[in-house]
Amino acid sequence: MLKAAITGIGMSRLGRNLDRPCIELLADAALEALADAGLTRDDIDGLTTYPGKHDNSPGMSPLGCTEVREALGLKTRWHSSSSEGPAQMSPLMIAAMAVSTGQARHVLCFRALTESSSQSPGRRASVATGNGGRVGGWFSWLLPVGALSASNWAAQFAQRRAYEFGATREQIGVQCVQQRANAQHNPRAVFHGKPMTMEDYLSARMISDPLSMLDCDIPIDGACVIIISAADAARDCRKPPISIAAMGAGLTRRDSWDQRADLTQMASLDAAESMWATTDFKPGDVDVAAVYDGFSVFIPMWLESFGFCGRGEAEAFIASGATALTGRLPTNTGGGQLSAGRLHGFGHLHEACVQLWGEGGGRQAAKARTAAVGMGGGPLAGAMLLHRE
Amino acid sequence: MSEFPARPLPALTEDTAPFWTAGERGELLIQQCDHCRYYIHPPTGFCPQCESRETHFQPVSGRGFVETFTVNHKQWMPGLPERYVLALVRIAEQDDVRLATNIVGCDPDAVTFDMPVRVRFEQAEDLWIPLFAPEEVFAPENAA
Ligand SMILES: [Zn+2]
Repeated sequence: MLKAAITGIGMSRLGRNLDRPCIELLADAALEALADAGLTRDDIDGLTTYPGKHDNSPGMSPLGCTEVREALGLKTRWHSSSSEGPAQMSPLMIAAMAVSTGQARHVLCFRALTESSSQSPGRRASVATGNGGRVGGWFSWLLPVGALSASNWAAQFAQRRAYEFGATREQIGVQCVQQRANAQHNPRAVFHGKPMTMEDYLSARMISDPLSMLDCDIPIDGACVIIISAADAARDCRKPPISIAAMGAGLTRRDSWDQRADLTQMASLDAAESMWATTDFKPGDVDVAAVYDGFSVFIPMWLESFGFCGRGEAEAFIASGATALTGRLPTNTGGGQLSAGRLHGFGHLHEACVQLWGEGGGRQAAKARTAAVGMGGGPLAGAMLLHRE
Repeated sequence: MSEFPARPLPALTEDTAPFWTAGERGELLIQQCDHCRYYIHPPTGFCPQCESRETHFQPVSGRGFVETFTVNHKQWMPGLPERYVLALVRIAEQDDVRLATNIVGCDPDAVTFDMPVRVRFEQAEDLWIPLFAPEEVFAPENAA
């Protein structure tokens, strides 16, 4: 158990083309999180985000620590933004380490995006076009052959899983349809009020075999804030703290979308292995899961990585109903990024906390004391285990 | 004829230029450790097997196998086609060297896992992009 806890969560409204300044969305999320924790801006002495202000992909990260500190008038003892690290979870892990080592007492961790309103027909969010110039770095091995979208890279995992394990679109479709049903109980979800059937799923336009439009998450405008507090400081907050029982950022195999020896697994395996190595909790102790679903195929890979089922078994595990709201491991109960919108993993952690605090309303799992959260896809992965006494 | 009128192109560095230019001579070059002969891809100049800093670019057979593939169905930017096969090919010389490539010379529906393929190059400006076609395309009776 780390000496760190989650004490408050906040989220702006989520939507497509909200056409609001990003800082306004961030302020909405921050004030909600502060009220949730029973804290004020003056209590916040740490600030973290991922990946920091970033202009390469439209609306992907308009705000860094500087913009948020200045706008909210925060006085920090510790701040950090990092694009290298355990993916979208790095600011949360860095915050947990900061409060555990006395660098801060209450850290405001944020993710804010305007990917929906910033993209245009010629400038799509999360498509690496190289801006017309020649590209360097790891992209340079993928772009020349037209592997421009993360959907292409993710599809190559999905295809290999179909080949080795016989995974089918109908199986993974069960999860996509379930998440859409969960989103009907989440008023903030971008697809709230828009149910989806298996027939809808199977007839969606193909993007990159076997991934269709409905296997890809939804770029949105929105912001999410998580407050991570030192364990002793957390006791003074408004709600019972959610302890960070363990976290894992392992990257023990190739740091690549394409060079891992086993292309049926991604870095989530390394991260989950390193998480379990630091705790006495076991996969069987987990009540709810919140796992990254930038693409649907990440969900079965995360489920296997956490050890909820064996290698090659996750699609059948899903098809059995195990991950439904009424199953033995309700997964992505808020709709996930597929149905609630892409908050780059922060939405998953937010939803895990909603469940652990019993605030899920119509989407509340029957038992929610321990939650596993996985963020990232491909070579990016961070894993966290949350527990409420 | 290219299916890709406008491929996005890689910036060349000392480490990557041999890979992207040797196709002019019909060669596929992969960085190799001088000492233990391990193939290092993407090239780094350091051998993770034996810690040697001494490497060279070695012509390989150009033969390989389809590790995984996907048929793309969406036009991502002007000048690119909608439908093409993206694949990761493992080279015949070493299982853990994967080249991101296109499978050409056959219908996209004819591509299969572990299918034997062989390199062919497509010129784009001053570069030669290694693409792969089914081995059977190269059989004498199928030669153009
Ligand atoms: Zn060597």
